[in-house]
Formats: sequence, structure tokens, C-alpha cells
Amino acid sequence: MSLISHVEERRPAVRAAVRTIQWLTLAVLLLIGIGPLYMTVKGAVSPATDLIAKPLELWPGDPRPENFGTAWNDLGIGHYLLNTVQVVGGSWAVQIIVAITAGYSLSVLKPALGKLIYGAILATMFVPYTVSMTSLFLTIIDLGLVDSYWSIWLPAGASAFNVLLAKRFFDALPPELFAAARVDGANSWQLLTRIVLPMSRPILAVISLIAIMHSWKDFIWPLVAITDPDKQPISVALATLADQAPQDVLIASMALALAPPVLLFLVFQKYVVAGLGFTGVKG
Amino acid sequence: MAFLFLVPAFVAFGVFSYWPMIRGLLISFQETNLVDPATWVGLDNFTALVRDPLLYTAIANTLLFVGLGLLIGFPAPLILATVMSTVRKGAGVYRFLVYLPVVIPPVVAILLWKWFYDPGHGLFNELLGLIGAGPLPWLESPRTAMLSLVIQSTWAWMGSTVLIYLAAMVTIPAELYEAAQMDGASIARRLWHITLPQLRPTIGLLLLLQLVSTTQVFTEPYVFTDGGPENSTLTILLLIFRYAFRDGAYGQAAALAFLLAIFLGLMSAIYLRATRTWGSA
Repeated sequence: MSLISHVEERRPAVRAAVRTIQWLTLAVLLLIGIGPLYMTVKGAVSPATDLIAKPLELWPGDPRPENFGTAWNDLGIGHYLLNTVQVVGGSWAVQIIVAITAGYSLSVLKPALGKLIYGAILATMFVPYTVSMTSLFLTIIDLGLVDSYWSIWLPAGASAFNVLLAKRFFDALPPELFAAARVDGANSWQLLTRIVLPMSRPILAVISLIAIMHSWKDFIWPLVAITDPDKQPISVALATLADQAPQDVLIASMALALAPPVLLFLVFQKYVVAGLGFTGVKG
Repeated sequence: MAFLFLVPAFVAFGVFSYWPMIRGLLISFQETNLVDPATWVGLDNFTALVRDPLLYTAIANTLLFVGLGLLIGFPAPLILATVMSTVRKGAGVYRFLVYLPVVIPPVVAILLWKWFYDPGHGLFNELLGLIGAGPLPWLESPRTAMLSLVIQSTWAWMGSTVLIYLAAMVTIPAELYEAAQMDGASIARRLWHITLPQLRPTIGLLLLLQLVSTTQVFTEPYVFTDGGPENSTLTILLLIFRYAFRDGAYGQAAALAFLLAIFLGLMSAIYLRATRTWGSA
């Protein structure tokens, strides 16, 4: 990146200006990145009265970590988080299976009409699922999937972007490898499991991260498809609890709900930031 | 054999993508109550739709959300990415911070901001009070509610856009900057004449994606305000949701969704045309 060159950066005036802008930006990012998280943790351990009387206090004089216990047990946050883990896990598995099999078939096995099929899959990117939400709901009623997690897992598989990523990755693998394996008598299944998959770790990681983040954040479809309050994932449950729970316990619940994705991001941030610059492309 | 591996994709895209699309088109000309068989009603759903005054409210509100989103949410990530591209040491810290809001589940983030927006003892009014400004009604007034939604939404989504711009900025050839600098072009001129033109395809794509995603805004108005106050945040998708899942008017919901799909498709088509023109220019 060379909008500003090294030579220029040695000039004191430029250097001072650039450094000032960079530090100001860092301050703003700290404020909008860490600020809300800090306020959540602080709010979670504050007594309800402090939230109203001293909203700007940096840390409560009488912290109440027991709010977390109340949220976990009385509001059932632990239960809802477990629901979310099931929703996310199943969606992830379905997305991986669809992306790998379709990408492998279209890229390596190249069936007749493969280009047409690939085009038809990519075309679905232009029709967001929110638009066909009503008829998708009628479809899962017909299939008897309402209140079953399959109603979330199966439609999650219809992600054209995952197929695109997988196919592009397989396209770049050396074809000589496939030819050699064929000569050695490997069938299509063995070719996939012994040659292609072991080389596919990077793309599996990227698709997994996209799939997990996307389904952890999804709200509208679980809201529609899961009507049984007992089975709702945390996002849907929180939207309902927000009107009923006391403010301090609600904030503790929110802290518990955002902890897993934030911790995952902390651990995998390198991969997320490097590999997932394009999650936004998915919309 | 190749087709056997395509079975999962056929099921996923066929049953859960193409069939609902086709079916959505069909039921927009039908009346269905989930019990009796659906009956054909011609254009009745569309007639009912255009007679609903809330439709025009929802369209106007959605356009306002999209417009404010462009005004606030479009320049901010571009400016941030430009500054971040000049950072040599600690660039990872910037990227981490800017992406942090993106990983927070939207409902949690919205409930959090709802607390910040509280007109009585919310963080924002307290902070405004420190500098002697405010208090603002935020979500409580039809005049500021939509703006409040856009500000939160910009905060929540900006990180991924910044990272995409940054990734595109890396690919700009260094020679361009070097040549411009030798010709005596200032930093501002290089930004205007090299960075921005080189980013044009990325800017165009992100513009389209932002338009398409903000037109479908749902979670913010649903969780923040449920369309209020006085329907000032009732958006098209929220109206579709209400038709279908509150009123059971699936046909009318599908009719509106059908029109929305045409509109989104048109925007994508215009984009594809525009980029082709740019490409040949």
C-alpha cells in the first residue's frame, strides 16, 4: 500500500499529519469497537438502580456477577445458546456437504450440462431468500418441518457463494493429480476423499467460518420457522425476552449471547480478517 | 456418477431456492389459508396491495433507510479504509477493531443500542448532556427513529466493507503511485486520481450490495421499534412479514415480495450493464 511513500513519511510535516489522523482513527475505532462491549459487561454486573442513576459510571461500586447466573438459569440463556449451537452446527454441516459435493462434481467430474447447472446455482444469488420467505415457509409446512431444525439446516445449504468458493478452489488444483489417481484405479469417491479433500483445508476453513458466522447471525428465518419458544435460538429468544426481563438481567443475557462469537473471533481473527474480507460480499 | 455428487445441491437449490421462487409467483395470484386448497384469485392480491395505504408508507420508509444508508454508510468505510491503508505498524489492531461489531449477533447489537438510545438514561443522551446538547428522542420520535436505525446499522456492517476496500487497495500497482509522485502529485491528488479510479469496480459492487441489502432491511425495524412510532420505521420486508405471519395473507405477502424481487433484479441488471460499459470504456 503506497498512497504515501516511505520518503514522504520522513518529512516531519507529513509525518505529523499522518500520525495524527491515524491516532484519531484508532481512538474512534476503540470507542466504537470496544466501547459497546465494555458497556455491556459493565451493565451486566451493575445493579438495576445504577443503570438508571449512574449511566456514565465506569464500573459499578457494588458489582453483581450473580446477574449472569440469573440470566443463565432463570431466563434460560444456557438453553437458548445450546439451541443456537444446534442450529449453527447443522447448518454448517449441510453447507459443507452441498458446497464440497457440488464444487467437486462441477469442477473435477464436469458432468454434461455442468455449466448450465453452475449458472443456475449462481443465479440464485440475485434472488435473496428473504424475498421468497413466505413461500419457503409454506414449503416447510408441506414437508412437515415446522419447529424442526431441519427447516433451518436444509435451506442453509442453498448458498451459491459457498459453491462458487469450492468450485474455484478445486479449479485451481493441478489436474495431473486427478489423472494419476484415475490411472491408479481410484473411483470418483476415492478421488474426492483421498486426493481432493486432504488438499482442501484452506477452503473448508473459509466456508466453515462463513457458514458459522452467517447462521449465528441469522434472525428472520429462525423467527419464522421455529414457533416453539422452547426450541428458539438465542437471537429469537432475546428479541422476546427484551420486553419481559429486568434491564440488568437482560444486559447480562446479551453479554452471554455475544461472548461466544466474540471469543471465536478473538481466536480465529487472523483467518477471519484475512479470509473473510468477502463475507460482506454475501450480504 | 457426476450427477450423484450433485444430488445435495439439487435438493438444496431445487427444493429450498427454486421451488419457493416459483411458488411465490404462483401464490401471489392465489388465496390460501393453509387448510383449504388454494384458489386462483387473479390480480386480487395486487389490488389489495395497492389499496393498502401502508404500502406507500413502507416504500417511502425503505427508500429513506436506503438513502440515509448511502449518505452515512457509504463514505464512512471508504474514508476509514483509506486511513487504515496508510498504517504500517499495528494494522492488525485496526482491522480487529473495525471488524469487531460485525461479529456481534444483530439482535444483541440492536438491543444494546436500544439501551444506549433510551431517551431517559441512555448512554447517548447522557454523553450529549456532558457537552450541553440534547436530549434527543432517538427511537421515540417519528422524525429521528429512522436515522437512529441507520446509524446503528452503519456501525454494525461497516467492518466488512472496510476489509473489502482494504483488500482492493492492496492490489493497486505501486508503480502508479510512484509515477504520480515523481510528477509531483500531492497525496490528495493521488487519492483522487489513482486510488478512487482504481477502486471503481469495488465501489460499484459494494454500492449494489448495499442497495440490495438495505432494501431488505428487517431486523432493525422489527427489534428496535416494530415499525413505530406512527409507522415511521415500517419497511417493505416488515410489511411482508406482517401480511404473512400476522394477518395470514400469504398471497398478498407473496405479491409484494414478487414486486420487490423484480425491483432488486432490475437494480442488479442496471449494475451489470453499467459495469460492462465501464469495462469497454
